[in-house]
Order: sequence, then structure tokens, then C-alpha cells
Amino acid sequence: MDWYPLLNSLRIAVISAAIVFFAGIAAAYYIAKLPRLLKGVLDVVLTLPLVLPPTVVGYLLLCLLGPRRAVGAWFLDTFAVRLTMQWWSAVFAVTVVVFPLMYRTARGAFESFDETLAQAGQTLGLSNTYIFWCVRMPCCRQGIIAGAVLSFARAIGEYGATSMVAGYTPGRTATVATEVYQLWRIGNDALAARWVAVNIAISAVVLLAVNLLERRQRR
Amino acid sequence: MLLVDIKKKLGSFQLDVQFETDGGALALLGASGCGKSMTLKCIAGVEKPDSGRIVLNGRTLFDSEKRIDLPPQRRRVGYLFQQYALFPHMTAVRNIAAGARHLSPAERRRRVAEVVRALRLEGLEDRCPTQLSGGQQQRVALGRILVGEPEALLLDEPFAALDSYLRWQVELELMDTLRDFDGDVVFVSHDRGEVIRLCDAVCVLTDGCSAPQESVRQLMQSPGTVSAALLSGCKNYSLAERLDEHTARCVDWGVILHTEAPVPPDVTAVGIRAHHIAPGPGAENAVSCTVARVIEDTFSTVVMLATPGGGAGRSLLRMELDKAVWEALSEPEALTVHLAPAQVMPLTGGGL
Repeated sequence: MDWYPLLNSLRIAVISAAIVFFAGIAAAYYIAKLPRLLKGVLDVVLTLPLVLPPTVVGYLLLCLLGPRRAVGAWFLDTFAVRLTMQWWSAVFAVTVVVFPLMYRTARGAFESFDETLAQAGQTLGLSNTYIFWCVRMPCCRQGIIAGAVLSFARAIGEYGATSMVAGYTPGRTATVATEVYQLWRIGNDALAARWVAVNIAISAVVLLAVNLLERRQRR
Repeated sequence: MLLVDIKKKLGSFQLDVQFETDGGALALLGASGCGKSMTLKCIAGVEKPDSGRIVLNGRTLFDSEKRIDLPPQRRRVGYLFQQYALFPHMTAVRNIAAGARHLSPAERRRRVAEVVRALRLEGLEDRCPTQLSGGQQQRVALGRILVGEPEALLLDEPFAALDSYLRWQVELELMDTLRDFDGDVVFVSHDRGEVIRLCDAVCVLTDGCSAPQESVRQLMQSPGTVSAALLSGCKNYSLAERLDEHTARCVDWGVILHTEAPVPPDVTAVGIRAHHIAPGPGAENAVSCTVARVIEDTFSTVVMLATPGGGAGRSLLRMELDKAVWEALSEPEALTVHLAPAQVMPLTGGGL
């Protein structure tokens, strides 16, 4: 059994989850401070990938990154790099699809944070950076970790947008999800079933971790 | 010295507060939701007034005209939050140390130890806030503020989070701490008792507007306005008209009363405290009443008296007597009482 799809899935998930972790927290923190109208609009835009079919996200990404589209063409001309159909092209797709999960859990955690703690910190002379990292983040720790793990789990399972932006090239862009589809399509049910088992195992472990975290949070 | 003169639009009303302290403790007294906490937040710098200025010991903290708005970190103003706002994931001693991060580690340790001793927190250093009682939490919060040596101290209803027995204990402790504190103190409360016991001066806030500040004694003796009288705990009011310098017609009670204090031209009401009404005709202001109700209170007897010319509701006079004094009167149906002119308070403004 060639383990490339698993390795590829894991590295895509780790990179995307890392990007989404910081981007989601930053977005949740700064958007909460915006005027209501702008907040509402941005909230809809940033949550949209959660409810859109991943194929729609993939289509929109191709409209942007495709070799004959604005950003894609510019990269091709300037750096001679094609943004689509690389293993790391999936990072674009997965990041966009997974972002709302992290953004929304982080926002939920920040919303339940008692702002008087931040105000107290300010009157005590603590810098806003210190307050963010040493007061706000520790207080919202459980929710943010749960969001990160959930994002990672979803990132491993992304199929629709990935298959459109990165395609399926055995040994180059194949992921667990696209591998399963490909194997089923050519009738190799036995191998497909093994990959299904691998996928279920990883996802179950991750979800178990989320549950453990949430139970600790309730206590 | 702390000078505050600020305006801020607050939902349905306008916050408009002016006062000046000179080293002592000043109370902002007002009903809940009248803008007291918002005033403190503006002084601390975590909220921004629309206009005005705030000056502390000659340093301008905020001035809308000169476009000065110091961040809270540089104001050197300590703020004791109603629920104390201790950092829940830090132990007591780490909470206190958080207030001294500007010091070198050695100096910080020394100061923290000093504060732990001064606030009698020995033995509690390694507890988390949830493992501390309300009073201990308040001491930690105070320690965390005092360790940074602020120039002013803002206390937002410091006893609101405590039950009544503990409250007294904590109040005594806070009195000691305030005595040792060398700076301005602004104390927010809706409880006149706390204000009388802890403060020298008081500034009454009604719907966001501050009345001219006065001494606590003044507030109790001659509150001046209806809202100040209500906050000072006065129980009897009648709408009133001015007859001459020292005479007012009390519309609700249907009597004419002499007052020692001059009746201002814009008088709207008179008030008298329940324990200032005395049985017997007295020298002046005798009123023949019928006894409408008698209510046994914890340590006194409350007698509701109907005045001859009065209507219903507010027109009843509330008299509070020692239980023994009332028993000595052997349950009369009618009673003549006198409202000594020195105790009749002419009041201006609305609110009844």
C-alpha cells in the first residue's frame, strides 16, 4: 500500500489548520470590534464557505487562481509557478473551507470572555499584547483548542474543493479523500475500503480529543 | 486632586458629570443605571467621553479640546471592579504581581510581599480566585491595584458582590485600607449608609447629571433637591408652594408648615424624615392626625398618620418611634404630632 495519500492529507491538514488557527483568531478578535453593519457583512462572507458546497468554493478559487485568471496568471508570469494542480494547491482549498469553523469557535469563545478582565488589565498598566496572550487567550483556551482540533479534523476530510483545485495525480496530489473516490471509480473496492478505515480511524481519534477537551471545559 | 468634567451620550440620556476632589474620598451616589460606573470607566480610560476633561494631580488624562486621551495604562488610576475582575487562571499572588509588571523582578517580589502582608493575605498566595471568599477576593483585587501605587482609586460598588454579614466585615477592612491610601478615592454606591461611613464628600447623580458636590453632612441635613432627599433616605414628601420666606403650603398633607431653612422661590416639595416627626403638639407646626396603620418593624414601630386635609397615598405621614415610646402612648386612634421647623426640608426639582 502506497502511503503517499496519507502523508499528503496530513501535511495539507497541518499547514491549513495552522494558517486557519491564527487567521481565525485574528478575524474573530478584530471583527468583534467593528461597527455593527460591517461586522454583519464580514460575518456572512467569512461563514459562507461553511454552508456552500465545497465544489462551489473550488469553482470560485479556480476563478481566482486558475492559470488564465487574475492571480494565477500573475504568479505564472512573475514566478513561473502554477498555483493549481500542485499538492500545496489543496492548502488554498482546505484553508478556505475550514476557516469558518475556527473563526466561529474562536468568536464564541471571545464572546463569552468577560471584558472587564481586559479593562482591569489595562488599568493595571498591562500592555494590550500581554492582555491578549496572557489573559484573554488563557481564559478562552478550551474553546480555541477545540476549534483548532475540529478544524484539523475537517481539513483531513476535505474532498470537493481539493479535487477541483489540486486535482488527482497519483503520487503528487492524491489525498486520502480523493484516493478513495478514485479507487472506487476504477472498481478497486478492497483498497478503497482500507483507505476508508484509515480515514475513519484518524477522524475518530480527533473527535475523541474534542470531546475530552469539552468535558474538561465544563468541569 | 482629581478634576472631572465630562459629557457622554448614553443611550436614552446624557451623562454630564462635574466634580473635584482634594485628596479625600468622594462618593458618587445615585440609583442604579444613572451612569455612575460609566463615569468611573471614563476616568480610568477604558471608556471615552464625548467631550470634557479629566485632570489628576495636574496631569491631563483627557481633554477633548486639546485632543489628549491617555491610554488607561498611563493614567495611574486604580479601578476596583464590582465583581473584582481577578484573572481566573492566576493564583492570588500572580494576580497581585500582574499589577507590578513595570518593576524589576526583585523589586516586584518585594512590593508583592509588602502588599500581601498589608492586606493580610498570607497563606492565600497560591489559591485561585474561585478558592477565595468574596472578602478575600476583594483584598486580592485591592492588592493588585495598590501594588502599582496609583494616584487615584476608583471603587465601583465594592460591597455589591457580598452578603450582608460579610459586607460589614469587608467595609471595616476597606476603611483601614482607604485610611492608609494616599490619594484621591472615588466611590460609587447607591447605599447612603456606605457613603456616610466611608466618604467625606458626595456628588448626587440623577439620570446622568451630577448635582454640585457637597459634604455628606450637608446631604443629610439639607439635601436641597427631591432626588438627593430620596437618596439620603428621607421617607416623607409633599408637593409644596411657597407662601413666604419661611412658610410653605404642603399640598399633599393639606397643612401649612413653617421652616427654619428659607423656602426657595422654585420650591416643588417639602420633606421630613420619619424619625423627625415627634408625638405631642410642640411649639410650632402641630398637626392633628388620625392613626391609619401601625407596623411593627425590627427595632422600631412605624406609624402611618393621615393628616386632616390630606388625600390618599403619599399624603400619609410615616413616623418611626422606639417601640417603648409607642407603647407608652397606649394605641391612640388620633394623635397630634409636630414637625419641628428645623427638620422640615424645602426641596426643589422633580422626581416624586
